[in-house]
Amino acid sequence: MQASEIHEIVKAQFGDAILEFKGDAVDPFIVLTAQRILDVALFLRGDERLQFGSLMCLSGVDYNDGTLGVVYHVDSMSLGHKIVLKVRVPKDNPHVPSVESVWKTANWHEREAYDLIGVVFDGHPDLRRILLPDDWEGHPLRKDYKVPEFYNGMKVPY
Amino acid sequence: MGLLDKQFEHSNIIITSVDSLLNWARLSSLWPMSFGLACCAIEMMATAASHYDLDRFGMFMRPSPRQSDLMLVAGTVTLKMATRVKRLYDQMPEPRYVISMGSCSNCGGPYWEHGYHVLKGVDRVIPVDVYIPGCPPRPEALLEGIMKLQEKIRNESLAQRPQPKLVGELV
Repeated sequence: MQASEIHEIVKAQFGDAILEFKGDAVDPFIVLTAQRILDVALFLRGDERLQFGSLMCLSGVDYNDGTLGVVYHVDSMSLGHKIVLKVRVPKDNPHVPSVESVWKTANWHEREAYDLIGVVFDGHPDLRRILLPDDWEGHPLRKDYKVPEFYNGMKVPY
Repeated sequence: MGLLDKQFEHSNIIITSVDSLLNWARLSSLWPMSFGLACCAIEMMATAASHYDLDRFGMFMRPSPRQSDLMLVAGTVTLKMATRVKRLYDQMPEPRYVISMGSCSNCGGPYWEHGYHVLKGVDRVIPVDVYIPGCPPRPEALLEGIMKLQEKIRNESLAQRPQPKLVGELV
């Protein structure tokens, strides 16, 4: 199924949640309001025409304009089509509903996005750091991150 | 073996200094702790395997720090791992030696500038005896580093064992 057809199906159901659709991108994407992502994800997985059973990748982004983003690459193995979903949240209040209940893959991906970018996924069953030590301060892949002078008594800069 | 072979036909006494005996014993059976941190560990494993054969040096990887004489820091030491490296080093019995293998554990390597998570040299947490440059060093380079360490041990003395310097701060 083409991206535009997928967009039409989603639009019929969640017209108010769609902010933007770009069909001629390398990976066509739909921009959604962050608060509706869980509803849309559940619909994408469950709908007979779409059957998006697989979350290929979930990424966190710092757009460096006061907003953070989350990008979802979803794929249907049974129907062989795919689409990209994007949401944006303000950096000072970065809350996005977790899609862990829809795709189990999201569990560790959301922990990684939380660890490195600092997006908070509401409803995640175990939102801890996944790569950095538990006592780390800050989210290092944010554009305004400053490398600490010391970590546990060890000098960090060269 | 060749040195002592067929030397005892008439008498089984050999006279030497305690220093030479201990040094000879220590340098001939350096048991490294088997742990690897990154791609350098692949070269270390290749060195231990049949082609380069660390067994020739009496070296045999041990699974526990309690049984090890040598810590081969083979790879990138992240800050998360550095606390563990320090603890493992503390668990090793004296005399103990450290070889820092590859640019990452020498000085941070390619992560020296933007590696917020990398310790810029393992000598900031544990004292290092021999540094091996390379990214990663070939097995020949590792063997050379081991022979340098053997040379160092050969010249040690019980009376005054030179302590390698710690460059940075302790954890």
